[in-house]
Amino acid sequence: MSKLLVSPSPHIHASVSTKSLMRDVVLALLPAAIVSVVFYGIGELVVLGTSIASCLVLEYLITKYMLKKDCTVGDWSAVVTGLLLALNLPSSTPWWVVFIGAVVAIGVAKMTFGGLGQNVFNPALVGRVFLLVSFPTYMTDWKIPGGLFGADAVSGATPLGAIKEGLLGGAQLSDLTAQYNWSDMIFANIGGSAGEISALALLLGFGYLLLRKVVRPYITLSIWATVALVSLIFSLAAPEQFTGPVFNLLTGGMILGSCFMATDYVTSPMSIKGGIIFGIGIGFITMMIRYFGSYPEGMSFAILIMNATVPLLNNWFHQKKYGRA
Amino acid sequence: MSRRTFSIGGVHPADNKISRECKIEVLPIPETVYIHLGQHIGAPAKPIVAVGDKVKVGQPVAEPGGFVSAFIHSSVSGTVKSIAPRKDLAGNPQMCIEIAAQGDEWMEGIDTTDTLITDFPDDAKSCLDKIKAAGIVGLGGATFPTHVKLTPPPGKKCDMLIINGCECEPYLTSDFRTLLEKGEQVAIGTAIIKNILGVDKATIAIEDNKPEAIKHMNEVLANLRKLSSKYAGISVLSLMKKYPEGGEKQLIDAVMHRQVASGGLPIDVGAVVQNVATALAVYDAVQKNKPIVENSVTVTGECFPKQANLLVRVGTPLKYIIDYLGGMPADAVKVISGGPMMGKAIANLDAATLKGTSALLFLTAKQTARGKEGNCIRCGKCAEACPMGLEPFLLNRLSRAGGMLDELEKNAVQDCIECGCCLYSCPANIPLLDVIRQSKAQVMGVIKARAAAKK
Repeated sequence: MSKLLVSPSPHIHASVSTKSLMRDVVLALLPAAIVSVVFYGIGELVVLGTSIASCLVLEYLITKYMLKKDCTVGDWSAVVTGLLLALNLPSSTPWWVVFIGAVVAIGVAKMTFGGLGQNVFNPALVGRVFLLVSFPTYMTDWKIPGGLFGADAVSGATPLGAIKEGLLGGAQLSDLTAQYNWSDMIFANIGGSAGEISALALLLGFGYLLLRKVVRPYITLSIWATVALVSLIFSLAAPEQFTGPVFNLLTGGMILGSCFMATDYVTSPMSIKGGIIFGIGIGFITMMIRYFGSYPEGMSFAILIMNATVPLLNNWFHQKKYGRA
Repeated sequence: MSRRTFSIGGVHPADNKISRECKIEVLPIPETVYIHLGQHIGAPAKPIVAVGDKVKVGQPVAEPGGFVSAFIHSSVSGTVKSIAPRKDLAGNPQMCIEIAAQGDEWMEGIDTTDTLITDFPDDAKSCLDKIKAAGIVGLGGATFPTHVKLTPPPGKKCDMLIINGCECEPYLTSDFRTLLEKGEQVAIGTAIIKNILGVDKATIAIEDNKPEAIKHMNEVLANLRKLSSKYAGISVLSLMKKYPEGGEKQLIDAVMHRQVASGGLPIDVGAVVQNVATALAVYDAVQKNKPIVENSVTVTGECFPKQANLLVRVGTPLKYIIDYLGGMPADAVKVISGGPMMGKAIANLDAATLKGTSALLFLTAKQTARGKEGNCIRCGKCAEACPMGLEPFLLNRLSRAGGMLDELEKNAVQDCIECGCCLYSCPANIPLLDVIRQSKAQVMGVIKARAAAKK
């Protein structure tokens, strides 16, 4: 009787925790990871394994020996970063390049800012862009899926890359897009980084996150709407020069980026209004890079650029308060 | 299922109303009661009895100590043993009247029968006087003196009376049982309050996890309407279960689609909210001349040997209630007065119940554990959950930075209703409400000082 616990309300807590949220994201990415291993084979398994293991070990070593704080590996966030980084790389990426990507993602983009929740930029994307700029040959060596059980994969360009190159070479857009149809894109039949190749598996995972209320849909929807609108306007104005909405929504890092990278809690705005502006920015910048930039794909850059605006968006947009104008 | 609810935030904790089937049972009178002089918001009452006096049940033992204050009555018949400080639920000394019980002799004029009296006086003044004399305070938790609330300041008009039957806190079932077992009395009490306020409309708001209560109250009202036109304009409204629906501001939003401005009162938007238990107390006071000497208390918790809804005399020692039901469970580490979201952890089981004690909840270490605090992952779940539309993550950051009272006020920390939704939903176990509560108190101090300086 003498030992009653006295502490302030509330006395109960929802079952949700950082760990459970991160674990849900990992679960949601599993279908895409499995599909990419099935289609790309052992090489993809090496990329996934190296990336996740490096991220975990690096976070453990940095928290324990450099920051001398409690180890945070148990919260699963390093697994998410590792998984996302791997899904952003070609399956042929050598293990040491993947490791360098992990060093940049965890060591530079995450831990230097103070660890989970403190980083301004999405760690996996910082890792990917660092590799893209530093090792362009490895990073654009896309394989057409051959598969774990099928024929050997052959090198090839991504649809976005092929079209950009073709257009620069004076080819007709209609000829270039004729080789891709939407069912190939949805069912993992086009070249790209592991996580790009199957829209369906990614959307399945995203649906799970929505169902579990881990993420809210407005950032993703606002990206899609912007991409659809911009590409519709451009493709109607100059159909021989600009690709249309379906192609742009299903190629490149669009699905992975809009569903899993742009919705990262830490690096996206807190308010709904802020999130919608954030999504419009990502969609618009992506399309500008795709149409006019020197890189075929602009999703990573667009998300990173908009990550930088998040503190401002959080400052400008607040949610509606009760009983206040 | 009802779609109607308040418009901002809210959470859905499991309702765990495991005592919902337990009928209200009369607890035997304890040997001694300890009646607190400060059982309401406002000035403590002043004792009007002396040590050695003989008192009867329902006899006033203390009178209001100011405008916002209330009468307090003896809940037993017997002898005043002492008037001295005694430790309350939190362990702080408070003035108490100790009365040793002998027999159960009630004051003359109090009708202790069960006869239902459906006709009530039209004269608002006489009803209000009876409510004041009966020491009625808001029994929904705030314990604000009811006669003050029912006297709107001049120029303010009430458009709707809302009877709060939400009982949105998990575990609590005393209002639910009251609606089921004393629905007629609650309905008559509602009509009396409605008449005092002179409003045309009254709504009894009940969450849709209590369908039996909704059905029962509709039947009760249909029968009463056949008897008298005084029962016209009272309706039952089913609301979607969501915490904190029973919060006054949230309830007004859900029922009337109006929001009380920051710093304003419900009457500013034409609303008066009273709890189900208060409506019952009003019936007892006006129709039966019976002051508040007892109230229903839910005693519950998965670890507790016996679930119960008890009719308890005011001032009953908690230990007496616990022993009556089988004693303190070995694995209970926390006893809460009220619900798990807003109730207060009890430090002292020797303390006695108050008019406003609605529940004793026993939780195990596992049930009440708070996880280790981690970094904010900016998920925004706290802001999504806040029914006042605040941004707890931001208030937490500003509070911890120190010296940011201006910024905290700008971000409306003073609007916090301390419902606990933010801390409940934080995946990183950040003690948001603990921190915000402190800043709120500081900012309220600044606001009060500023208002005082203006005068």
